[in-house]
Amino acid sequence: MLTAGFFYLFAVLAIASATMVIVARNPVHAVLYLILTFFNAAGLFILLGAEFLAMLLVIVYVGAVAVLFLFVVMMLDVDFAELRAGFINNAPIGLLVAGIVLVELIALFVWGAAGGLPTAIPTAAAGTETLSNTEQIGRVLYTKYVYFFQAAGLVLLVAMIGAIVLTLRHREGVKRQSIAAQNARTPATGLEMVKVASGGAVVPSSEAKP
Amino acid sequence: MTIGLAHYLTVAACLFTLGILGIFLNRKNVIVILMSVELMLLAVNVNLVAFSAYLGDITGQIFALFILTVAAAEAAIGLAIIVVYYRNRGSIAVEDINMMKG
Repeated sequence: MLTAGFFYLFAVLAIASATMVIVARNPVHAVLYLILTFFNAAGLFILLGAEFLAMLLVIVYVGAVAVLFLFVVMMLDVDFAELRAGFINNAPIGLLVAGIVLVELIALFVWGAAGGLPTAIPTAAAGTETLSNTEQIGRVLYTKYVYFFQAAGLVLLVAMIGAIVLTLRHREGVKRQSIAAQNARTPATGLEMVKVASGGAVVPSSEAKP
Repeated sequence: MTIGLAHYLTVAACLFTLGILGIFLNRKNVIVILMSVELMLLAVNVNLVAFSAYLGDITGQIFALFILTVAAAEAAIGLAIIVVYYRNRGSIAVEDINMMKG
C-alpha cells in the first residue's frame, strides 16, 4: 500500500514536471523542472530496487548534465521569448503525433502483451539474496559486459575531447606568457649592442622602421 | 492495489510522449529540444529498469547504465555545439543551423 502511494506520488510528479519542462516560458525554470523530473525518476528506480542506478541518475543527471544545461542557458544571452514564436502554431500537429504515439504505446502493453505482463517483482534468485544491487551489477558488468564497459569509457573520452576541441578558442592579439620561449632566450638573442650616435636616440631593432 | 509492470511502462510512455511533444512545440529553441531528448532517454531508462526488476534479470540495469553514459556524452557535445554556434551567430535559432554544413 505504501509502495503504491509512493509510486503514484513519484509518477504524477515526474509527469507534471516533465510537462512543465516543455511549456515553461523561462528556460532556467525548464532546467529546474528537468532536475525535479530526474529526482522523481530516481524515486521510481528506488521503488524498483535499482538503488545504484537511482544514485547514478542523481549524480550524473542532476549533478552534471542539468548543471551543464543551467550553465549554458545562463551564459548565452538569448531572447528566449522570440524563440517561442510559433509555439501555438506547432501545437496541433505536435499534439496529434504525441497522442498517436501515446495511444500506440499504451495499447501495446495493455492489450498487446502476450500472456499479460507480470504484476509482482519476483523474489531474488537463489544465492543472490545477500548481494546488494550494486554488487549484482558489478558482478555482471565487469565480467560479461567488460568490453561494453570499456567502450562506454571510450565514448566518454571522445565526448570530452570533442567538447574541448569545439569550445577551445585561441584569441588573436592577446599577449600570453610562453615559458618555453623565455627559457630558450640566450644572451645572443636577448642582448643587442648598439652604437649611439652623439645626440641620437636608441631605437630597438624590433621596432625600427625598415 | 499492487503496482505492476504496466504502471511503470505507462509512466515511461507518458515521459517519452512529452519528449516528442517538446520537440514539436519548441521547434526554434535548441536547448529545450536537447532537454526533450534527455526526457526521452530517461523514459527509455525507466522502461529498462522496470523490465529488469519484473523479469528478475540485472542486464536491463546494465543497459540503462550505458544509456546514461551515452546521454551524458550527447548532452556535453550538444551543448558545446550550441556554445560555438552562439559565438558565431549570436543566436541559437534552429532554422539557421543549416549554415553549419560544409
